[in-house]
Amino acid sequence: MFDAPDLSFTALAPLLFIFGAACVGVLVESFWPRDSRHPVQLAVALVGALGALVSTLLLAGRGEVTADGALAVDGAGLFLQATIAGLGALAILLFAERALDPARSAFVASVAVPAGSPRDRELLTSPQVQTEVYPLATFAIGGMMLFVTSNDLLVMFVALEVLSLPLYLISGMARRRRLLSQEAAVKYFLLGAFASAFFLYGLALVYGATGSVRLSDIRAASLAEGTDVLMLLGLALLIVGLLFKASVAPFHTWTPDVYEGAPTPVTAFMAACTKVAAFGAILRVLYVAFGAAEWTWRPLIYGVAIVSMVVGSVLALTQTDLKRMLAYSSIAHAGFLLTGVLGLGADGEGSGLAATMFYLLVYGLTTIGAFAVLTLVRDGDGEAGHLSQWAGLAARSPLVAAVMTLFLLALAGIPLTSGFTGKFAVFRAAVEEGAWPLVLVAVLASAVAAFFYLRVIVLMYFSAPAGGADGERGPTVGVPGLPTTVVLAITATATLALGIVPGSVLDLAEQAARFVG
Amino acid sequence: MSDLPLLLLMIVVPAVGAAVVAALPKGRDEVAKQVSLGVSLVVLLLAVLTTVAFDTGGERFQRTSSWTWIADFGVSFALGVDGIALVMLLLIGVLVPVVIGASWNDELPERRSMTAYFAWLLLLEAMMVGVFVATDVFLFYVFFEAMLVPMYFIIGSFGGPRRQYAAVKFFLYSLVGGLIMLAAVIGLYVVSASELGAGTFAFDALRQLEIDPGVQKLLFLGFFIAFAIKAPLVPFHTWLPDSGSEAPIGGSVLLVGVLDKVGTFGFLRYCLPLFPDASRYFAPFVLVLAVVGILYAALLAMGQSDMKRLVSYTSISHFGFIALGIFAFTTEAATGAVLYMVNHGIATGLLFLVVGMLIARGGSRQIGDYGGVAAKAPLLAGVFLIAGLASLALPGTNSFVSEFLVLIGSFPEEPVFTILATVGIILAALYILLMYQRTMHGPARGVLLQEDPAEPAPAGGGATATLAPPRRSLRITDLSRRELAVAAPLVALIIVFGVYPQPLLELIEPAVSATMSDLGGTD
Repeated sequence: MFDAPDLSFTALAPLLFIFGAACVGVLVESFWPRDSRHPVQLAVALVGALGALVSTLLLAGRGEVTADGALAVDGAGLFLQATIAGLGALAILLFAERALDPARSAFVASVAVPAGSPRDRELLTSPQVQTEVYPLATFAIGGMMLFVTSNDLLVMFVALEVLSLPLYLISGMARRRRLLSQEAAVKYFLLGAFASAFFLYGLALVYGATGSVRLSDIRAASLAEGTDVLMLLGLALLIVGLLFKASVAPFHTWTPDVYEGAPTPVTAFMAACTKVAAFGAILRVLYVAFGAAEWTWRPLIYGVAIVSMVVGSVLALTQTDLKRMLAYSSIAHAGFLLTGVLGLGADGEGSGLAATMFYLLVYGLTTIGAFAVLTLVRDGDGEAGHLSQWAGLAARSPLVAAVMTLFLLALAGIPLTSGFTGKFAVFRAAVEEGAWPLVLVAVLASAVAAFFYLRVIVLMYFSAPAGGADGERGPTVGVPGLPTTVVLAITATATLALGIVPGSVLDLAEQAARFVG
Repeated sequence: MSDLPLLLLMIVVPAVGAAVVAALPKGRDEVAKQVSLGVSLVVLLLAVLTTVAFDTGGERFQRTSSWTWIADFGVSFALGVDGIALVMLLLIGVLVPVVIGASWNDELPERRSMTAYFAWLLLLEAMMVGVFVATDVFLFYVFFEAMLVPMYFIIGSFGGPRRQYAAVKFFLYSLVGGLIMLAAVIGLYVVSASELGAGTFAFDALRQLEIDPGVQKLLFLGFFIAFAIKAPLVPFHTWLPDSGSEAPIGGSVLLVGVLDKVGTFGFLRYCLPLFPDASRYFAPFVLVLAVVGILYAALLAMGQSDMKRLVSYTSISHFGFIALGIFAFTTEAATGAVLYMVNHGIATGLLFLVVGMLIARGGSRQIGDYGGVAAKAPLLAGVFLIAGLASLALPGTNSFVSEFLVLIGSFPEEPVFTILATVGIILAALYILLMYQRTMHGPARGVLLQEDPAEPAPAGGGATATLAPPRRSLRITDLSRRELAVAAPLVALIIVFGVYPQPLLELIEPAVSATMSDLGGTD
């Protein structure tokens, strides 16, 4: 017989909200007249994301397992859901920017038209904008929110696919440099499918070893029977799948290409939200399911964290494109986040969970802000991402340069910015667990990383403007419309505020740092 | 008056001043200058008030106040001042108005605004005050790192031709040290959490910890490397000649006069009391670095042709003396070292200023581009001489007292190192006097030499005019009234503290004795 699972609709409210909005978005896409579709889609997506955000906040303090044990709506899950929903809303605002590109949107009007065809050129000048990106992004946000609360490897896999598939699609929708964008999408899809397969295989092996896909059952099984080869193999494969999504080196190779090729608002979305979702899942799998077998994975994560920090920081030094540089920076930050992941004891106690969640929030805000600034600096062919084009920017637009400087200092972890608070939190958690050699590597990697962030500041402030001499015009700094302005204002304020008075948000993370399951 | 939060005001006033100046519309340079000067004079006044109210026989830390800042990390916004920090506050109070006065008519690189320069200077002042008055290690660290940002922009935006390189080098060196210190700060916190139950960053609580010697050594190194880069000790010094020579004069003065003192201040405030065993263990190594630094930097100073680089190298040599005084572990030597920190700020600050005034006239930093200046600009040469003599610690100038104290205090403990260090004094006389002699005396030569305006040539006498060589003489104006006003206070301090250093010593000594008793002092 088939028993209906117990569903706590209150606890599911955030997910219902966001998936509801996504479904409405699909309907709007099919039935609403094209002329007025854009504002409606934007409104639906924003209402979905903000509604999800508000409902997570209202649920704060709950800790329950629902949907027949498949979902764990606990403090950590809700905090991460709120983070994803909030960052997702900011990213959607970036999607909606229409004042910057003369073609009125960062997304190609019709994805199916081959790049470079006569029809494609026609579309560049037509006022038509595409709106499919909103429901797709909403689905991705929903998948991410499901991902961080899933208490069951199978649900986690479903969520992984729900969040990944729309991302593959919207990565290929750039209006400018379409071939690069499509290449990025294909690369992301192929490698992402591989990673999903790893995850699925790991899931199967773990099921074989423990007889369950439920995280709590896996924990019980590992406690009762110890760990065997099958389970460890399964765990390793699961971790590979998750580390891929979190773009941790050595599973990072897709990151620079995809970040570079995808439309910048999408890059911002991926860099911020996907990271939160992936780390939420990593924390849950490692501590809820495999916390008892901690000694098996700790050395592995330790090593991967070092590799990621070193690879990210060192390779970023050689980049000449800002998007690629930020991509490598995100790999280095994934390493810093892993130091926070290691800052938990075997039972998931310790300040590491709160620290990692706080770091995810501040990193997400700063990185969305940084990519938003990237969308402002443009030349005739779209965004001017090459480092040399940013020379002397401060003389031309002091405000944009100042905001970018703030974000870069935060990414470098300079005190009085949110990045420092986050770094301090994760490093402290790691040292408390005795991982001080890792922290030493992390601070040295931070120093290397500071160099390339600093290089951008040097270019903006201390160099002569690009172009100028040989009569060529340098890039222009676009005047952003309302959506991007809102995003920049929120992210810059948050970056500064969480550096100077982080107390209340740290408290919130501390209180929320509970797993059930 | 005793209720006024003077220390907090000394941070807030310049920070607010910086915001006000930065918000001024473009082209309001005059207003910016006046506001900045006013703000910096207010800070000087506050520093003096703090000093007047300071009870030399009282508690070690006075005017303490503490507000919870980040409860989760156990961080408080805790301020307090001891004698050592107090004299540094006075130094900041004196140097910043002087620097602002000296930068009044600076010619900046094109497209740079004067308002931004003064805003950064004031922000730097707020950060510098914060570093010295923080009694919470986390807060200290925050100021220590945040201080880099204004200095970075001062060097990078307003400096000399190689300013980009110098600014980045400065920032990275300091940041590497700072980040290593961050690891040690976190380590210290974790140790305190395991010993006291709850982690804390409060200096007074951390001082009481009994830290395992092995852990002490690691934590000591974390703090020491950061401070040794900042101070800087050889071999962590290579950034200073670049930054010191490329920064605008005001930046150089504050960099060498105050910022670098944070390093030696850190040795005394944090390394010795928090890690006494490790300090004793590593002291011989530090002394070797100090003495090598004294001699090596002095030799390098002699080899410089660039005046600003030369002065930077003399500073590295002097920092060796300060480190020697601190790590000799006697109250006398350490008192001398703290006094040296103040005196060096005054003497080298003045030397940088006067060199800057000369450079502003000639447009070149090379010694070889000047000669015989004293004949045309006696005031400039006089100030130059006083600054130079103070720098080489001639008796009667302030530096003599401190250098003598350091040497006499170190000798009983470390005779060999002290004797070696004494050689540095002779070298100091050489590099200073050579620079003075080449630029100020001798035949007139160099970039300032210009043809006299041709006498009205007799009509049609073109052929005869080419026969007589054109008469050339130095074109140099002596110090203006503003420049005199800038130099006068420092000259006065050099002489006053040269003959009567007692007030400063009275402030410094109790704090140094307290430090030495934390260390389990030898005397």
